[in-house]
Amino acid sequence: MLNKQDVTHIARLARLDLSDGELEKYSKQLSAVLELFKKIDDLDLSSIEETSQVTGLVNVFKSDEIKKYPDLTDCKTEDLVSLSPVHDKTEMRVPKVIGDN
Amino acid sequence: MENYDLTITEVSKLLEKGELSSVDLTQSVLNRINSVDDRVKAFIKVLPDEALESAKKSDERRAQGKSLGRLDGVVMSIKDLLCTKGVETTAASNILKGFVPCYDATVVKKLKEAGVVIIGKTNLDAFAHGSSTENSDFFTTRNPWDLDRVPGGSSGGSAASVASGECLGSIGTDTGGSIRQPASLCSVVGLKPTYGRVSRYGVISMASSLDVVGPIAKSVEDAALILETIAGKDPLDATTLDAEVPKYFENLAKSIKGIKIGVPKEYFASGMETDVEDIVKKSIETIKSLGGEIIEISLPHTDYALSTYYILQPAEVSSNLSRYDGVKYGYSALNDDKNLSLDDVYTHSRGTGFGSEAKRRIMLGTYVLSAGYYDAYYKKALQLRTLVKQDFEDAFEDVDVILTPVSPTPAFKVGEKADDPVQMYLSDIYTVPINPAGVPAISVPAGFVTRDNKDLPVGIQLIGPMLREQKILDVANVFEKEVKISQRKPEL
Repeated sequence: MLNKQDVTHIARLARLDLSDGELEKYSKQLSAVLELFKKIDDLDLSSIEETSQVTGLVNVFKSDEIKKYPDLTDCKTEDLVSLSPVHDKTEMRVPKVIGDN
Repeated sequence: MENYDLTITEVSKLLEKGELSSVDLTQSVLNRINSVDDRVKAFIKVLPDEALESAKKSDERRAQGKSLGRLDGVVMSIKDLLCTKGVETTAASNILKGFVPCYDATVVKKLKEAGVVIIGKTNLDAFAHGSSTENSDFFTTRNPWDLDRVPGGSSGGSAASVASGECLGSIGTDTGGSIRQPASLCSVVGLKPTYGRVSRYGVISMASSLDVVGPIAKSVEDAALILETIAGKDPLDATTLDAEVPKYFENLAKSIKGIKIGVPKEYFASGMETDVEDIVKKSIETIKSLGGEIIEISLPHTDYALSTYYILQPAEVSSNLSRYDGVKYGYSALNDDKNLSLDDVYTHSRGTGFGSEAKRRIMLGTYVLSAGYYDAYYKKALQLRTLVKQDFEDAFEDVDVILTPVSPTPAFKVGEKADDPVQMYLSDIYTVPINPAGVPAISVPAGFVTRDNKDLPVGIQLIGPMLREQKILDVANVFEKEVKISQRKPEL
C-alpha cells in the first residue's frame, strides 16, 4: 500500500506538482494497480534472462558519412526554437540555474 | 452506395478506370464528416483545403499517366500522435497544444509519397494512454454503432473515422492493443505489425520498446495495401528491421486449407462475456469449415503478461514524458510567472499540463523504477517478458497462427470505467501480452452482440510469428470473405 507520503515522494521524483486531492486519489489508485502485480511477488526468476527489446538487433551503427535528409534540413533553427513556449529569435528562455556564489 | 462507403481496393479500381476522381471522393468524405462528425467526434482537426488540393494534384498526375500506385488519391486519416509537417500535432494533450512539427513522421511521408490524401488528425486518449478516448484532454469520441458508448482506444478516433465513412483508412499506433481493441469495438480491421516492421520516427513516443504503427481499415485487403506502403527499414529509426517488405496485398492467399490454428486455453479461462465467447467459438468453427486445423495450445505465462505490461509500459512512459518540461515545447508555467525557478517551471508545467491518466502512468512508472523497487518490479517484468515471448515462440513451433478474443466485452458506455483504472486496464487483457513479445496481430470483425437493443461489434484476434504478417492477413482475409461481417455499416 502506498500512503500519501510515498506518493508525495514519487511526485517529487517525477517533477509533478500535485494537489492534496490528487495525492489522495493517486495513493488509492496506485495501490489498487500494485495489487495487480502481487502475483509476481513470489516468483523465483533468478535464472531467467531479461528481455529489454524483442528484435535482437544490437549496436545499430550508421556509416560515418554526411547524409542529407531533405525534410529534416527543412527545419530551420528558428522553426525549432519557435516551438519553445518562451523564446527569443534563436534562443529558448530558461530561468537562471547557476547561483551567484 | 456513396463514395465514402467504398473500400480502398474498390476506390483504387474506380480511380484507375477514370470512373471516379480523387476530388469527388475527397468531397464525398468531407460531406460525410460534415454530416456525422458532430456526433461521432472522431477528428481533432479536419484539413479540407489541404485535402482537396492534394486530391486535385492526384487527379492531375493520373490524367498525365503518372499515377503513384494503388493508394494515389485515396483518402485517409492519421492518429494525432504522428507528426505532420505544418499541421498541429497534439497527442490529444493540453501540454502539446499548439505544437506544429516542421517535419513529417516517416509513415506520413511514405503515405504522401504514395499519393494519399490526408483528410485530418484523429482523436485518441492523450499520449495514447487508454482504451476508450475518454482520456483525451479535449473530448471523447463516440462509437458509431452506439453513440452512448466508447469507440475503444487509444486509436479510437481512427477506428471511428473508418467505421463511419469519414475516411477510407487510417493510421493508428498500438502499445498494448490501441489498434486492435478499437478496431474490434467499431467493426473494422486493425493490424499491429511486428515490432520494428514500421518506422516510429516522428511518432510521439509512449513506450518505446512496445510501440508500433499500423493500419486501421475497412477490409483485410486494404490493411495489406497500407502495410506494404508504410513498412520497411528507416535510417531515422534504428529499431526498424532490415527485412524485405513482401507484397502483402498481391500475395493474399485464397485458401487456408491445412493451416494450423492454435487456440490458447488460457484466453478462455474466465472473464469473457458469454455471447462474446460464443462469437469467438463460432469463428473457430468457421475457420475449421474453411479447412483450418484447430489445435488447443497453452501459453502458460499469460497470467503474468498483464503485470509485465503494466510495469514496463508506465516505466517507459515516465521516461518518455520527461521531455515535457515547460522549456522545449507546449505549455509552460513560465508564461504565467516569469520569476519561477527552473525546478518550479518543471513541476508546475507538468502538474498543470498533463491530464490525470498521464500523471497516473508517470507516477506508476517512476515508482517501479525508483530505488528499492527496481528489482522487485521493473527487473522482474523484463525477466517475465522473456517467458511471455518464449511462450509464443514455443507455440509457433506447432501452429501457424494463434486465434484469441480481442476484448472480453463489446464497447462499454462512456463514463462506465473512466474513474476505475484497474477495470480499464483489465479490458486490455487479451491484447497486451502481444506487445512485450513483439509479434504481429490483427483484429478482424467476427460478429455482433446486443446490448440495450443495439448491435455492437465483436472481433477476433489472429497472432502470427515475428515478421509473418502475411500469414495472419491470409487467414483474416479468407475468414472475412466468408463471414462478411465487415461489410455491414453503422446507421448514422
